[in-house]
Amino acid sequence: MATPANVVEKFSSKVFHNYGTVELSLSKRERRLIMSYMYVAMISLLVGGLMGLLQVLARSGEFELPWGINYYTILTVHGVILALVMTSFFIIGFQNALMGKTIGFSKKQLNWAWVGFWIMLIGTVIAAVTILIGKANVLYTFYAPLKAHPLFYIGITLVVVGSWVTAAVNFRQFYLWKKAHPNEKSPLLAFMVIINMLMWCIATIGVATSMLIEIIPWSLGYKNTINVLLSRTLFWYFGHPLVYFWLLPAYMAWYAIIPKVIGGKIFSDSLARFSFILFLFFSIPVGLHHQLTEPGLDSTWKFIQVILTFMVVIPSLMTAFSMFATFEITGRKKGYGGLFGWLKHLPWKDVRFLAPFVGMLAFIPGGAGGIINASYQINTMVHNTIWVPGHFHLTAATTVVLTFFGIAYWLIPHLTGRKLTDAVNRLGIYQTILWGVGMTIMSTAMHIQGLAGAPRRSNFSDYGGTEQAAEWGAYQMAQAVGGTILFFAILLMIFIFIKMIFFSPKGEQEFPIAQEEDHAEPTPKWTENWKLWIAITLVLILFAYTVPIMDVIQNAPPGSAPFDWPIGS
Amino acid sequence: MHLHKYEKYWLGAGIVGLIVFLIILGFGAFYLGTHPQSHGEIIDPENIEANDAFKPENRGLTKVDEGRYVLNIVASAFNYDLGTDESGAPIKNIEIPAGSKVLVQATTPDVIHGLNFAGTNINMMVEPGYVSTMEVELNNPGEYTLVCNEYCGVGHHLMYGSLEVVE
Amino acid sequence: MVTKNQKHVNTNPESEPNLKGTLISVSILGAILLVTWIGALMLFLLR
Repeated sequence: MATPANVVEKFSSKVFHNYGTVELSLSKRERRLIMSYMYVAMISLLVGGLMGLLQVLARSGEFELPWGINYYTILTVHGVILALVMTSFFIIGFQNALMGKTIGFSKKQLNWAWVGFWIMLIGTVIAAVTILIGKANVLYTFYAPLKAHPLFYIGITLVVVGSWVTAAVNFRQFYLWKKAHPNEKSPLLAFMVIINMLMWCIATIGVATSMLIEIIPWSLGYKNTINVLLSRTLFWYFGHPLVYFWLLPAYMAWYAIIPKVIGGKIFSDSLARFSFILFLFFSIPVGLHHQLTEPGLDSTWKFIQVILTFMVVIPSLMTAFSMFATFEITGRKKGYGGLFGWLKHLPWKDVRFLAPFVGMLAFIPGGAGGIINASYQINTMVHNTIWVPGHFHLTAATTVVLTFFGIAYWLIPHLTGRKLTDAVNRLGIYQTILWGVGMTIMSTAMHIQGLAGAPRRSNFSDYGGTEQAAEWGAYQMAQAVGGTILFFAILLMIFIFIKMIFFSPKGEQEFPIAQEEDHAEPTPKWTENWKLWIAITLVLILFAYTVPIMDVIQNAPPGSAPFDWPIGS
Repeated sequence: MHLHKYEKYWLGAGIVGLIVFLIILGFGAFYLGTHPQSHGEIIDPENIEANDAFKPENRGLTKVDEGRYVLNIVASAFNYDLGTDESGAPIKNIEIPAGSKVLVQATTPDVIHGLNFAGTNINMMVEPGYVSTMEVELNNPGEYTLVCNEYCGVGHHLMYGSLEVVE
Repeated sequence: MVTKNQKHVNTNPESEPNLKGTLISVSILGAILLVTWIGALMLFLLR
């Protein structure tokens, strides 16, 4: 029988040595940095959740917003603070924890990471203030030619720039590690963080370009007009990878943390890496599927990007298989046989597992809806109806968010030097159930209502008293019920955070990182052919976007002047 | 890289499934011609009347032939201009006999709007600088609400009209 | 010694783990994706 040494020798040119993932301990300074990100994420959750509550109540038609607050101000806060701020702060904090745990920060790297944090925070505050004083009722997609106060755009740009500083730190950490360990594969979680940050940097070039050369000069009055379609196309070049930037950290936890929580091993290190490489390739050249019903874009190129969008389904299919396989193998090892006997071993009473698991369940209808959205002409049926927010409240606000909560239950006590207690665990289980129930009610109502034609991002209206509008009203009531339950779930989550940060007993909470099987198949070296991965990504982007963008520029109509009166400022 | 036998089955079936979906969509689009709206005609947003379709007298519904109609719409914050009736009052409700073919043409002089006859497949973005068009056959009788489904400002939810497909 | 040996056999890369439950589970997932997609297509065609 081949000993590992023989195996290594036999394949040494093509595969990595496997020494297992070394786990470092997070220094006090690293912990403080990561906790700072977590604090911003928690505050954002509370503020964004409150906006969500006000929104569903207002849209039910039964309540009026107090103090003359505009519905669309609330909607803008909800979208910006949750989709852009809460996610990016949690993700970057979590990713820094993974980098600290597997590779570590030097003193200088940590200082730069703090610089990134402060730039993001300052940007967030600037954008938040402009929204709250009612000068930026443009929603989180800020479609020109609606014009917000220039500081709104500058604030959001700063958030992106801050994230680039952190990305540069992560790249530097990874580069130095690779140099110091030439024949080793990178730690799986660090590899995943680098893929996600690479995707993020390549994607944000789109929105940054649009901001710096179009929107900001135009909003300041240095440019009279703007190419509306170009700004939208650049926005969606960024906007679709944005949703994968949310999803991939959840997948990191699914592939490499959940197995440890359930007492198992990583199903396949190579497959996990391969699926992330596919996400890097296919997350970006697909943005046109958000613009399928738009004029000025050629239908052939729309269809080509639909094909590329379908490619990005494949790594999610791989992920689904890996999850079931991890559960089944672990269960069978523990002696639970049969077709579904292995389900019994899963730690249903451990919130670190239950919350992400409910998130996984939500991804089944979420993924199904996503394929429908991307389906070219079928998209016409659901485009901009409330089906769409119904869809991403399953994917982003359930799959991703419940996985993030599942991470927080161990990460926050780990960072604050406390224990996840039984009481907090129990509260977490109630929180997960409450979230699942609230979201099922709200999202189902939104999906059905969307198929019936109700528009998204709209205040309550009887639309001239049509029968259809009356029918939508019933679902809007259901939305209000679901949304109210979700708000209580958020309050409970905030209570849990406070308990975990200040009141849980001192101790050392485990940072669960799964290992491979002792004799797992070695990971091939081609998985870390970074130059090739970046080159393929760029080639796919150039292929998918060169002609459409040239077309938008060359056949541009007269540009649009800024409009600020429609947003009430 | 080793794939478990069942994973090969699963990925194989998944990929075949996705290809079948794409073939169905491609057949519908490129053979039967059901594309989403992708019209490329441009227009000066500050002078939309330079295009005949959007001159005030041509707005709204026009019968061009037996069972064929043109519907020209100007979407602006926060109104759909569907033309005026004999008395000069703005039209808000349109009636079309079931089975008719309708060419919907729309543009905007200001910001981005959505144009959706809720419950039908007439759903398109309306963007300054472009004419959006869609031709559909309306076969199912009923009342369909015209809603703006892209955020256009604080009066966004007050943009509406209706379409009645009558027997 | 025996248990160690057994563990070794179980995790040998040459022998595939039993993943029947996984195959059934992903098949159910695939069926859900198929049914919802066809449903959406039908609704689209009827409109």
